[in-house]
Amino acid sequence: MPKLKLPAPPVPPAFKPKPRRPDEHQHTAIDHAKEGGIGAIGWVDERMGASGFGRWLMFRKVPKGTNWFYTLGSATMFAFLNQAITGVFLAMYYDPNAINAYESVRYISNEAFLGEFVRGMHKWGSSVMVILIFLHMARTFFFGAYKYPRELNWVIGVALLILTMAMSFTGYLLPFDQRSYWATVVGVNINGTGPLVGPYLSDFLRAGPDFTATTLSRFYAIHMMLIPGAIAALIGAHLYLVTKHGTTAPPWMKAETDPDLRTEKE
Amino acid sequence: MNHRQKEEYLREYSILKNQGKPFWPYAVAKDGAMAAVVIGSIILMSIVLGAELGPKADGTTTTYVPRPEWYFFFLFELLRIIKPPELVPLATIGIPTICMILLFLLPFYDRGPERRPEKRPIATTAGIFTIVAMGYLTYLGAAAGSPNEIEMEPPPSVVAQGEQMVEQFESGKQVVAQAGCLACHKIGENGNDGPGPHLDDIGARVGRDAIARTMVNPTAPMPSYAQLQEENPERFNNLVAFLSQLKGEEEE
Repeated sequence: MPKLKLPAPPVPPAFKPKPRRPDEHQHTAIDHAKEGGIGAIGWVDERMGASGFGRWLMFRKVPKGTNWFYTLGSATMFAFLNQAITGVFLAMYYDPNAINAYESVRYISNEAFLGEFVRGMHKWGSSVMVILIFLHMARTFFFGAYKYPRELNWVIGVALLILTMAMSFTGYLLPFDQRSYWATVVGVNINGTGPLVGPYLSDFLRAGPDFTATTLSRFYAIHMMLIPGAIAALIGAHLYLVTKHGTTAPPWMKAETDPDLRTEKE
Repeated sequence: MNHRQKEEYLREYSILKNQGKPFWPYAVAKDGAMAAVVIGSIILMSIVLGAELGPKADGTTTTYVPRPEWYFFFLFELLRIIKPPELVPLATIGIPTICMILLFLLPFYDRGPERRPEKRPIATTAGIFTIVAMGYLTYLGAAAGSPNEIEMEPPPSVVAQGEQMVEQFESGKQVVAQAGCLACHKIGENGNDGPGPHLDDIGARVGRDAIARTMVNPTAPMPSYAQLQEENPERFNNLVAFLSQLKGEEEE
């Protein structure tokens, strides 16, 4: 990591806070307000004890040589947060039944304030998230970062990848236009060709042997509740393990022991 | 990795970690910059590309193009490449399932201590091959058109059967074109080569009733046209008539 030195803001001398004189008393309202924030955080921490967790999470060290490739994981998480936030706003207008679904999406696109913009962010955010998750996975793969002691985190990551693809699949139906409807019909049929669980899986997805009105609300529930909850929980586990084991160093980095230790002092 | 290699790795890592910088604010600044780029590009894509909404879904009409989201193209293309019907389940479920299991178990069968990509030729080659294959399949999927028009003159055998037959043939051809059959089937020079079989000589191979039965109760992943039969039997009959007249004469 290159040296990142934050420059001091260019404040004219007249505005710079002056150091307090020792004989000044701290009894003005501003002094109390300044203490207030610290006091409130201290009050909460005294009862929750979360500051240790915060220190553990934020003040851990990142190994030497960490580069921009290491931001892909957090970038994927931000794409997921984008999906979660825009998704909440879309859900405020969306109506998950076969009769009104299309109309409500049309309302979002044409009438609602910034509706098309938010829907566009949700739609393209899914592509961005899929791209980022694959890039993150490629980085992990080529850097050998899935090896001891991070095997379990790789498994969680693969589960997150599959859940992300499942999100895309269930979300594709929701606008309920021709394209999404027929692509989903074919997609569910493809699931049905699978061995053993295939037919049961496609029956579960369709809520029966045929594509009916219930299918849409089922896809909606899976897309809105089941998978996002699982993804959020698994991201939590993923981050816990990343923090516990630390982010990997690039594979070509070698720990250099202090050369002074090797030279014998006379 | 045996016990010694594990200890070695952990010791080496802890030295590197101690030589590093704290997560806050150094890594957070980078992550934040990256997050801004990501959200910025999503906003840009939303403004520039928008979110189109096609016509309302309708199980009875047949004007549709079943296309998945672009990042499923590589799975969809597998279907086109693997043609024999007995191998189709392999393409639809077999290969993706095997890939998923291989991915899940990666850290359990690749347990060597080496981490540098240039020192792991098998893993690196496999990884690059996978990326190239997925990229190529996605490109094929994006390039494959879903034409909704068929250029085809009624063959002489149809003309010989009189005006009414020609009319039925023409309107059946239109139903086939609108129904998006060509997304998966090839008729003459039209349509895509797979996942479904060629329909050039379907009328010669399969009887008219068998075609109608297949349309209503098809082999997955083909969608069923039962709803069309119920609600618009005339169009359905034209469709079946058109298909049963395809006898591959032009090639003979």
